[in-house]
This record gives sequence, structure tokens and C-alpha cells, in this order.
Amino acid sequence: MNSKKIMQRFVCLLLAMLLLSPAVAIKAENNYYTYIYDVFGDERESPDAYTPQLRVLGIDFGIGDFSQPQGMYAKGDRIYIADTGNNRIVELFVGSESLSLVRVIDTFKNAGGDDTFNAPNDVFVTDNGDLYICDTENKRVVHLDKDLNLVKTLIQPTDETYDATHDFLPTKAVVDAAGRILVLGRNVNKGVMQYSPEGEFTGYIGASKVTFSMIDYIWKKLATQAQRAQMDQFVPTEYNNIALDKDGFVYVTTSVFSEWDLKDDKAKPIRKLNSMGSDILIKNGDTPPIGDIQWGDGGGVKGPSKLIDVTPLENDIYYAIDRTRCRIFGYDSQGQLLYAFGGNGNALGYFTNPVALDHIGNDLYVLDGSRNSLTKLVLTDYGKQINNAILAYQKGDYDLSADHWRQVLRMNSNYDLAYLGIGRALLRQNRYKEAMEYFELKYYGKAYSKAFKLWRKEWIEEHIVYFVLGLLILIVVPKTIKTVKKVKREVSEE
Amino acid sequence: MKIAEKINKDSLKEYKRSLRFSLHVIGHPFDGFWDLIHEKRGSMAAANTIMIAVLLIRIWRMQMTNFMFILYRPQNFNVLMCCLEILVPIVIGCISNWCLTTLFDGKGTLKSIYMAVCYAYTPYVLLQLPMIFISNVVTAEEGVFWTYMDRFTDIWIAILILSAMMMIHDYTLGKAIFAAIATAIGMLIIIFILLLFFSLISDGFAYFISLYKEIAFRFY
Repeated sequence: MNSKKIMQRFVCLLLAMLLLSPAVAIKAENNYYTYIYDVFGDERESPDAYTPQLRVLGIDFGIGDFSQPQGMYAKGDRIYIADTGNNRIVELFVGSESLSLVRVIDTFKNAGGDDTFNAPNDVFVTDNGDLYICDTENKRVVHLDKDLNLVKTLIQPTDETYDATHDFLPTKAVVDAAGRILVLGRNVNKGVMQYSPEGEFTGYIGASKVTFSMIDYIWKKLATQAQRAQMDQFVPTEYNNIALDKDGFVYVTTSVFSEWDLKDDKAKPIRKLNSMGSDILIKNGDTPPIGDIQWGDGGGVKGPSKLIDVTPLENDIYYAIDRTRCRIFGYDSQGQLLYAFGGNGNALGYFTNPVALDHIGNDLYVLDGSRNSLTKLVLTDYGKQINNAILAYQKGDYDLSADHWRQVLRMNSNYDLAYLGIGRALLRQNRYKEAMEYFELKYYGKAYSKAFKLWRKEWIEEHIVYFVLGLLILIVVPKTIKTVKKVKREVSEE
Repeated sequence: MKIAEKINKDSLKEYKRSLRFSLHVIGHPFDGFWDLIHEKRGSMAAANTIMIAVLLIRIWRMQMTNFMFILYRPQNFNVLMCCLEILVPIVIGCISNWCLTTLFDGKGTLKSIYMAVCYAYTPYVLLQLPMIFISNVVTAEEGVFWTYMDRFTDIWIAILILSAMMMIHDYTLGKAIFAAIATAIGMLIIIFILLLFFSLISDGFAYFISLYKEIAFRFY
């Protein structure tokens, strides 16, 4: 009797193992979801371009969990995390497979005494190791040298353009090659605050123009005082994040816009600002870079993507992360979507409240503000082929680029950009007809038209003889017959 | 036998003549439509021929025009829907127009309205067929020509239909435009009633089906 019970338990255990083991094995393979959009705006599944490699928590380094970290900066072999809730900055060393702790920065030397942070929101490190820390609740940005001595403090601008009724709460800061400090603040909607290398406020850049239409005006005239107060949301954009690219251009993101402004490119959630502060982001895709181009209302999430951070890589590909569905979108320098991946969840590679995105080389790092974790994502072979193809094209090696695109097509025959890439390479080799076929497969009208124009020219040049012959036959032959007849008649009359 | 042949020959001649008359109508809409209805210069056979040609050209146009100008999803293409998209508005429009104009002392019959509308679609046949070919030999920049021709076809047809309304019902221009707007509203009402009717009918059927099921369950 007893042995029977043991037997039963054993069988149950075996069955349970059978049920569980394949699930575990599959999880790593199929649970990650990567997609692109085709020319009609339909979602198309794609192989994984990035795959999560590891996720670390604060306790992994023996310093206690992070507490609502808000900002991150990655450069070289270091990652700096602004551990907001714990009032400290954590510096990590990036190994090939793992991360290790370098130091915890929670005090710095200020005029002889020790000073501390209060809810630091962001950190930036210059090439020579100087730290710029947005010490948000202390209402300042502190500049420390690499031995943590205070160099200078940036405080609330005394300029009259700054609305003094709001506290100065710096949330993001970057420093460009010239030493200018660009700061984003909470409740600041006039653009990016710019400080001189000496720490003087010099003005705003990148403020978007407020457009005021006739209809708005009429509505405001008709509205009551209370309604008008509600309507005052027609304000310039408040940027929520900032990043520098390799050429020193500033990428900013915003999530303050109307849903219906996205697709006709009025909202511009990602902007690339030049030194004048105007948006120079290239948008040659079917839709502007706005994250998801179809958004439903399911699983408790609704509405469009709210991009909250952007990171431009050295090869001009830039990635943006979406707070709504926790997805990462990769765009090439032309603003065409390369792939989108990630999602809302607890598994590896999924996020619940992503707050910051940064990169080292081609690896992406995502900081999750509510799971208090840092996730590293690495390129797969498929992603590498895409990046290589783009890089080869930028360098002008169109044939190599086409080879890479062919490799991509072998892995994903739905990948539209690959057809465009191969078509372009064929166009360079004067193989117009084949280029036309590739362009037509994915309905690239502009490129097709270009190839067609060249092919048509070539075709007419080849067949010009027949045209001339045809014309001759049509005009000359009847005339000759007429003349011959005339001559005949004249001869016979004589 | 001989008489039958003669009649056949005559009717064929008549058919050809009425079909050729469409070319006169599109150039001289006022005289043309007047003669078409009141002088019996048109025929239903010719009108139907034009309509069938329009449907065929619409199908070809959707499929064979270069993708730079008309981009459609091949997997969603449906010949029947393609035809109905033209036929249904025309049929409902004719009915709606006839219903309204009989109330507002229009002279036209349902037959004459349909015939006139079919004749008014002649430019579509004449212009869109070569346009399919043209779309395949022009580049995107030259495609402006294609777009303008497309608009031009629509405007021409609209003018023809409006003048047809004036001639058939013996209306002034203002009254014809008013009738056109009223027809559009009438079409919406007809579609609404049709939907209501279909949903009621299906509810009615559902009632009898469930009744049958109840009885069937009781006895088996």
C-alpha cells in the first residue's frame, strides 16, 4: 500500500517534470517578440534583433536594492545610475558578461565640508571624468571633478524668461563638447535650458513654436473663464529626456502631444536639435518615427507610444523607449523603423516602468524605475546583419550592403528595408529592371520611379532604330508610292 | 425568316446608333441629354453596355494601374466589391432621385434617369482606359498628369450628371443642384431603411428558427 503511494507520487513528479521542462526550454526561444511595420502599416513578425543578456539588481552588488532610479549614463566601460530614492549615484564597471560595482557616490566635498544629494534624477560624465548630477530636490545641478570635489553649481536662472513661480527641479542634464550644459527641468516648457561652461544661464534652445489657429481663437472667444483655463494646455512642449549623438547634436524626446498629431508629423516625439535649436531629424520613412503606428486598447494599456528616452548610436541608428508598452524602437538615420521589441512584463527583456535607455557600443541598457533593475540587451546575428548593411551603405560600399541585406532576407523575407537596400545596390550597378522588381515588391514608389526613368531611357535608346524605321515607313513609303504612281501616270499620258 | 433577319439588322443598327450617340452627349450635354430622353435617341442596351464597360475598366484600373498611383492590398481585392462600389451608389441614387423628382414635378422616369446616368459615365470609359496604359509609362514626377486627368474625369462626369438632371426633369440649374443635394440625403435615408429592414428580417427569421428548434427539442 505504502509503496503504491510512493509510486503514485513518483509518477506525478515525472509528469510534472515532463510538463515543465519543455516550457522552460521554449521560454528563452519564443517568448521575446520583435516586429516591424510593412508599407500598409500592418505589424509583421520578425526574428529577434536584440536579445536580453542579463538583468542586475542593486543587491547583486551588495549595496541594497535601487530605489526608483530615474537616470543613467553609460560610456566606455562604465555605467552611472542615478539611484534617486537612495540619494546616491552608483558607478558600475561593464565586463564582457557581467557588471561589477566600482563605487557608490553619496557624498561630495563642498567647501571643506561634506554635502549630500537629495533625489538625484540624472547623471552625466564628461570625457575627463567630471560628473554633472541633477540634484533635483536640492534644486541644483552639481558639477564634481573625478575626486568628487565640487567645481560649480548650476542654480535657478535669475533671468526674467524663467517662470519663478515654479521651483527649479532639474531632471536631465548633458554637457556638449564645448562645455555647454543643457538642462531639462520639471515644469519647464520653453525648451532646453542652456548654461555656459562657467555655469551662467544663457537661454533656451529648441522651444517649439506655438501654433494658434483661427478655430482655437473663436473657441476661446466663446468659452467661459473656467473653460479657458482648461484650454491653456496649448503650451509648448515639455521635453522629458535628452541625449547627445557622436556629432554633438542633441536628441530630445517629448510625450506631451495630441494623439491625432502623431501620424502627420506635428507631434514630433523625437527631435534632433542643431545648435540653433531647430529640429533636423530626417524622416524618410512611410510614417515619422513615433513608436507604434497602430495602437489599440487592450491589457490595461491604451493610447500611443510615449517615448521617454532616446539614445543615438555611433552608426546614426537611434533607439527610443516607450513608456506605454515598454517597447524599444530602433530607427536608422533616415527615420525608418528597423525593429521594435520588448514589452510590458516581468520576464527577462520586459519592463514595467522603463525610465532610461543608454548604450555602450551596440549593447543597450534599460533602467527600470519600478522593478529597480538594469537590463542589458545585445545584438543577435540578425540585428548585426541589419546594422552592417546600414553601415556599409553609409560608407558607400553598396555591393557589400546588398550582400548583408540578402543575408537579412534569408532570415526574414518580410524585411522591407532589405528589398530597398538590394534595389539601391542594383540601381548603382545599372541593373535597372532588377532594381525595379525589388522596389515594386515592397511598393517603394519614389525609388521605383527613379529606376523606371533610367530603364525607360535605356529602352528607348536601344529601340530608337525601330522608332525611326517605323516613322520612315509611315511617312516615306506612302509618299514614294504616290510619286511612283504620279510618274507612271505622266509616263502613260505621254 | 427574312423579316426576322431584317428586324435583327435594324435593331443592331439602332443599337450602334444609340451607342455612338454617347459621344455626342458628352460634348453637347444640354442638347444631347434632351435628345437622349425626349427624342428617344438613346437605348437601354447602349446604357447597359456603357455601364458594363465602366465596371470592367474599374477592375482593370485597380489591378493594372502602376502601384505608384493606386496602391491596393492584393489579398483584400474583391471583384464583386469593386463592381458594387460603383453599382450600388448609382442604383440607390437613381431610385432616390426618381422618388424625389416625382414629388417635385420632375418629368423623368426611373428608366430615363438610369439611362442618362449611364451615358454620363462615357468619359470614364474614354479616359480611364488609356490612363491605365499611361500610368505604366510615366515616372512619379510626370504622374501629376495622371492625377489631373483623374480629377478631370470626375469633374466631367459630375457636370454631365447635373446637366442630365436639368434636361430630364426640365429643371433650372438651381433646382437641379437642390435636387442633387436632396438626392444625396435621400440615399442616406434609403440605406438606413435597408439596414433596418435587413436587421428586422434576420430577427424575424431567427424567431422562426428558434421556434422550430424548441419544437424539435420537445418531440425528440
